[in-house]
Parts: sequence; C-alpha cells; structure tokens
Amino acid sequence: MNLILVTFIILLAFTSYYFGRKKALVIQSSQRLTALPKFYGYYLAAWCAAPALIIFVLWSVFEPSIVKTFILQDYTDQNLTKNELQLIYTKVKALAAGTYTGNITNFLDESANKYIQLKGIANSAKVAIILAILIFSLSFAYRSVQKNDRMREPVEIFLKWVLFAASLGAVLVTIGIIFSLLFEAIRFFQAVKIFDFIFGTHWYPAKTFVRDGQPDPELMKDAFGAVPLFAGTFFIAFIAMCVAIPIGLLSGIYLSEYAGRGVRKYAKPIIEILAGIPTVVYGFFAALTVGPFVKEIGNAMGLEVSSESALAAGAVMGVMIIPFISSLSDDVITAVPQNLRDGSYAMGATKSETVKKVIFPAALPGIVGSILLAVSRAVGETMIVVMASGLAANLTMNPLESTSTITAQIVVILIGDQQFGDPKTQSAFALGISLFIVTLFLNVIALSVVKKYREKYE
Amino acid sequence: MLKNIGKNMNNFKKNFLKKRYNAERRFQWYGKIAIGLALTFLAVFMFQIFSKGYSAFQKTWIVTEVHYDKELLLIDAESPSKDDLENADYYDVAYKAMTSLDPGLPEEEDRQLIQMVSYKYETEVKDLLLKNPDFLGKIVPIKLTASDDIDQVHKGNYPRDIPEKNRRVNDYQLQIYDMLNERGDILSEFNISFFTNPDSREAELAGIASSFMGTVFSILVCLAFSFPVAVLAAIYLEEFAPKNKFTDFIEVNINNLAAVPSIVFGLLGLGILLAVFNLPRSTPLVGGITLSLMTLPTIIIAARASLKAVPPSIREAALAMGASNMQTTMHHTVPLSMPGTLSGTIIGLAQALGETAPLILIGMVAFVNTIPGTPVDPAASLPVQIYIWSESAERGFVEKVSACIMVLLAFLILMNLAAQIVRHKFEKKWS
Repeated sequence: MNLILVTFIILLAFTSYYFGRKKALVIQSSQRLTALPKFYGYYLAAWCAAPALIIFVLWSVFEPSIVKTFILQDYTDQNLTKNELQLIYTKVKALAAGTYTGNITNFLDESANKYIQLKGIANSAKVAIILAILIFSLSFAYRSVQKNDRMREPVEIFLKWVLFAASLGAVLVTIGIIFSLLFEAIRFFQAVKIFDFIFGTHWYPAKTFVRDGQPDPELMKDAFGAVPLFAGTFFIAFIAMCVAIPIGLLSGIYLSEYAGRGVRKYAKPIIEILAGIPTVVYGFFAALTVGPFVKEIGNAMGLEVSSESALAAGAVMGVMIIPFISSLSDDVITAVPQNLRDGSYAMGATKSETVKKVIFPAALPGIVGSILLAVSRAVGETMIVVMASGLAANLTMNPLESTSTITAQIVVILIGDQQFGDPKTQSAFALGISLFIVTLFLNVIALSVVKKYREKYE
Repeated sequence: MLKNIGKNMNNFKKNFLKKRYNAERRFQWYGKIAIGLALTFLAVFMFQIFSKGYSAFQKTWIVTEVHYDKELLLIDAESPSKDDLENADYYDVAYKAMTSLDPGLPEEEDRQLIQMVSYKYETEVKDLLLKNPDFLGKIVPIKLTASDDIDQVHKGNYPRDIPEKNRRVNDYQLQIYDMLNERGDILSEFNISFFTNPDSREAELAGIASSFMGTVFSILVCLAFSFPVAVLAAIYLEEFAPKNKFTDFIEVNINNLAAVPSIVFGLLGLGILLAVFNLPRSTPLVGGITLSLMTLPTIIIAARASLKAVPPSIREAALAMGASNMQTTMHHTVPLSMPGTLSGTIIGLAQALGETAPLILIGMVAFVNTIPGTPVDPAASLPVQIYIWSESAERGFVEKVSACIMVLLAFLILMNLAAQIVRHKFEKKWS
C-alpha cells in the first residue's frame, strides 16, 4: 500500500515536470518567459512531491503510536504495568496479523478487531489526505505557472532547503546516538546506583540473570562495577601505545626528514595498508598466532601466561595503530616551516639534533594531538579485544593475564538475542555512553590541539 | 703547556664531533628499524594468512563406486519418471557405496567408513542420478566430499604421529585413506563450493556465498543512504552555509562523528532501528543503514575537500556569465568535484566493508544457511563470517577463515584500486 502511494507520488512528480516544461513552451509563444522552461517543470514537480511526501513520512511515524494509545485505552482500568501493556499490544497485533498462537480471550479478540478497524480507517484517511494535498498543491503551483510568475528563485530556494536538511543529517545521527544511549542508560541507573557502576570493582553481569521475576538487589549492587573494565580498556590501550608510539613516531620522522623520494613514495602507502586491514582480521591474527606465540615465549621463560593475554591483544592493536601515528606525525612534521630547519643547520646542528631539539618541540602539539586521536581509536577498538583478550573482567595490571574492555563487554552482553528491559542489556548501553564520553573528550581535545597547531604555522 | 692544551682541545673536538656523528647515524638507524618493523609486521601477517588459507581453495573428494540398484532405491515403475527418482530412498545405495570400500569390515564398524565423507553424501549420490537418469541400474564411479578431518589429513595439516585417542581420525580410517590415496581415489580439485555454498556447521561444506551476498547488499544499502545525503550536506556546508554558530556546530559535529567508535553506531542501530522502528533483525537493510551512518562523516569530509579544491576562477567565470549561485554550483563546481567525492566515497565504503562490531550488535551473527536474495533476508557479512568461523573449534575452519580473509582483502584492494583510478583518471589538475 505504502509502496504504491509513494510510487504514485513520484510518478506524478515526473509527469508534472514534463507537463510544466510543455506549458512553459506554450507560454513562450505569447509572452516572455521568466526562467528556462525546465524550471517550470521543476517548480511543478517540487510542489507535487515535497508536501505529499512530508505528510506521508510524518503520518507513517506517528500513526503506530496513535493507534496504540487508542487500543490500550480499553485496558487503562486494569492497573497494568508498562511492560504488560506492551505485551498485550504485541499480542493484539499478532492476532490481527493472524500469526498469534496463544489462547484467545474475548477481550483480546475485540481489541484485535478494533485494531484492524483502526488500521483500515487510518489507511483510507492517509490516502484521502495525501490525494487532497496533491490536488491542492498542484493546482496552486499550476496557477502560478499560468500567471508566469518568477520560476527560478522558488526552485533554488527549495533546493537550498533540501541541501540544508541534508546537512542536518549529521546532527540527527549525533542526536540519535545520544538518545539511544541515554534512554537505556537512564533506565539502567534506576536499577543500579551510578556510584556502584563507576566505583564498583566487580563486573559479573551474568550472575544477575534470573528466570522470571526481578533479580536480587543485593546481587545487582555487586555485579555492575565497571572499574575492571575501565582499567582493562586503558591498560590494553597503554600496551598498544607502547608499541605504536615509538615505531609510528620514528617512522614518521624518518619518512618526513630522511627518506628519499623513492622510499617515501613506496614505504608510506605500504605502511598505511596496516590501517586498511579490517580489525576482525587483526583479531584472528592475534588469537591464532600472536597469543600462542606470547604464551610459548612466556612459558619458556618460566612465566605463567594466559593464552588470551592482554599483551597479545595490546601488541596487535599497537601494530594496527602505527600508521595513524606515523602519517599524522609525518604531516605535522612536514608542516613545520623550513626556516626553522635552516636556522638550526646554519648554527652547525646535525640533522638528528635539529629533529630532536628544534622540529620535535615545534611539532609537539600536533604530535600530541595525533597520539590522542590514536588513543581514542585504541579505546574504541572492539574486535581485536573480543577475539584475543579474555571476556572475564579481571582487575589486573599484569600484561600476561587476561583482561576485558568496555567494548568487549558490550559485544559479549549484546551478542545473540537481547531482552530490552533487562538490566544486563541496559548495562551495555551504560558502558556505551561511558565509551562515547571518553572518546568524545579525547577527540575534542585532540582536534582543538591540532587546529591551534595548524593556525600557528599558517 | 699551551701546545698541550691545544692538542687536547683538538682531541676533544674530534671526539665530540665523532660522538655527534655517531648519534646522527644511530638516529637514522632507529628510523630505518621502525619502518622495517612496520613492514615486517605486514609481511609476517600476510604470510600467515596466505600459508594458512591457500589450501582452503582445494577440495578433497573420495572416489568410490555406487550401484543404483532399483530394488534398494525402492523404485517399482518400469521407466521411472523424474518424480520417482526424486522420491526414491537413497539411504541404502549411498551406504553401500561407502561400505564397499572395505567389504571385510564387520557391520557394526561401518560408521567409521561413513564418517570419512561429509554427512550430506546421500544428497550427492542422489544428485548424480538426478543429473544422469540413465545411470539407473548401473554401477558408476562417484566423487563424494571428504569429511573435513580426512580433508585436513590429505592437505597435511593434521599431525598423524600423535596417539590414536587424541586424534579425530583413527588408525583404521588412516589405513583406508592411505589405500585410497595409493589407488589415486583421493582427488584434490578447485573448491567451487567454497564460493557457492552458504554457511554450514560442517567445515567441508561451509562456503561464503551467504555472507558475500550479505556484504554486497549491506554495501549497496549503505551507498544508497549515505552518498546522496553526504554529498548534499557537503554542498550546503561548502557553498551556501552562512558563517554562523550553527554552521560551526554542524562542522564540529561532523568531525567528532568521524571519530566515534564503530560499536557505538551498533548500539544506535540496536536502540533505534531495531527497538523503535522495528526493522527486521539480522538483515543487510539494518546493517547497511547502520554502516551508512558511520560512512556519512567520511564522505562529507572527502566531498568538502574536493569541492574546496575547485579553483574560485571557475565559480567566478560562471557567475560572470550570469549564472545564479545554484546554477554555478550544480553545473560547474559539483561535476568538477565528483572524482574526488567518488574516490572518497569508495574509501568510506571500503572502511564500512571491514566493519564487524556494529553488525554483530544488530544480530548479523545469526547462523544463516540460505543465500539471501533481498536486503531484508537474514544474512551475515564477510567480516562477521570471519568472526563466526574463528570462534569455531574445528580445525577445518582455520583454513576457511584465512581463505575468507583473503577474499575480503581482495575485495578491499579492488575497491581501493578503483578509488585510485577514479581519482587519477578523472580528476583535473589545477595548476
């Protein structure tokens, strides 16, 4: 039904485009046109499609909730909770669609009939209203075409609004992220105190699972302490940076200051391949090759190493991050003005002394910015940790033991079927919002540092 | 005295210079070592994947003989129709085909032979007859898919010298395998079924067709949603937006969005697309929309950069000829910026292609053993398939994972090449 309606509107818009253009050619024979003929077509088409489609979208968004309130009105006197009402509504919908398999009560049957009736009314009302709007807006537009009003300006203003609406898309995504995270997280914090979440040291959500009924509040208090996860996240990120910063920075410096054209031309893109490899591939590599390798070396040295050690995950993550640091620091160092180098050489400094004592301090803000970006990347990295590090949240600072991270726990909790309304599921959103805040914080600082740095040398 | 001091000074200078030059050389070496390490990681990585994965492109078959005996097939008709063949009972025929490899084996040990081929061997026996109805009543040679343990033994990935009780292939099966191998009845052929089969719990039957189609659909959906919005947004921000607080806010927003961890987008897809809009779970449609939100900022940034690269003289010339702002933008600036925008889009899509975590959250990890035909059928995607298989304990899946990685990397390389070609072939150089 909806598909037919939308196709109809779009077809009508196309026809009105050709109609408008033809009309313009007719007008042309008697009076001077105000714009190119195609604008007459665009004008009609825009008036035809835009109002009808906007109404259509708004209707489709609001219709279900309005129907729902109508249906559930009959149940208000039964003192039901929100979840029970939701369940009844799902049953009514299933019954109306003919897919319901439970036992059918009279009341339910009545509601289903009402639902079908309401849906029918809503559908015919929708079609009627949209047809009315189409007729109204087309006749309005056709009148101004006949009067030979200015045609180009309205079309361009309309286009500009379309462009503006598109640019709001990015803002909408952000709002969507914040809402989806906040909504569930707030419900989580109603069940678990925010203090217990931020400062608790035991993360073991599986133990709160109770079949039917509410979990024990005493258990809840002790199951959602996120400290081990925060610690694990930053610990693995720290290991990754220990690998990535020296290698990335040194290769960035070498590429920008020492390497000849040939080396630079080939080495830079080859290193950047490392950034293009999907993270799940790194995860597989870490779990299958690096993990056992680390374990073997550790065992040979007489150390006890978990086969899912933080070291393996962190090291592989570090390799993934090398190109971020190397190309960003390469850019930053290249941006340092040549006269600083020339001044240093003129004083008799060698190249490495120039790099260490002149260029590096000058480029430091930019380098710090790029490192912060890389840290935010490491904190948000998921697949490597899921596959190569442990899933049990240990509070440890031993790189040879397994730890877990925020991202890994989100995956562990949400993989498979989720039940909304369960504190375990909601805890994933609480973790998500803390991850979002941490990375946002790092990014804002990094971007402003890099921006200030750019302005300094421009 | 003075002479001595001069001499010392000279020595001191010489040593000091030497030290500085050594430091210089050392520093250069650090740089070289760093680059060497990065390249070594890449090389080791590639070598590991290739050496583990190339054997997955070979499939092992066991050749035996099958007697399409009418009586065993329970076919009564003189000249059986296609339906009769379709509904015949192939259990005994297939069973006999395998047990005939070692007629002396006591009946209760037959399972050992049956376990050497894939559990779908009965279907293979059936398919051969359906393809050649004149085989009915005859004894013909047939190729059966070897079980993944025999497959691994044949490829030499399975150690034979460990004690029997720790092995999944017992001594008897090895003996039969050796006999067949000597006779030349073990065949290795290019593994077409890896590309045409959907996922399966059995390593020897598992293929990437379902996840490949899932990836293709998600990428198409992602393109359809993100490209138009991103390009329009970039045009507005670069060409029309007034300089005010709100535009600044949008800009900061886009830059930050580009650095949000991908898993957060997965939470968005779960919390909004699935929970609020009730879109179908585990489908490429939801996956594609989630990925499109992720690629949106990437494409906007690339499109803006390439719009910015169009020199102002083009705009000025168009305006001077009497074109309106909108005409200048749509007829001149945007077409000239397209190569850069397109190559940015392809790179953004390539990033989305390798993304796993958000797809796991919206349920694309479900086990799917059908090939999806539309974007609203449940499907996996290539990276998720890698994750699913690598979680599996069976040995046969290790090479499958590596082969799947090779396919994914090939896909990525192709996309990046396409981006390069678009950029270099069509982009105008302004000097």
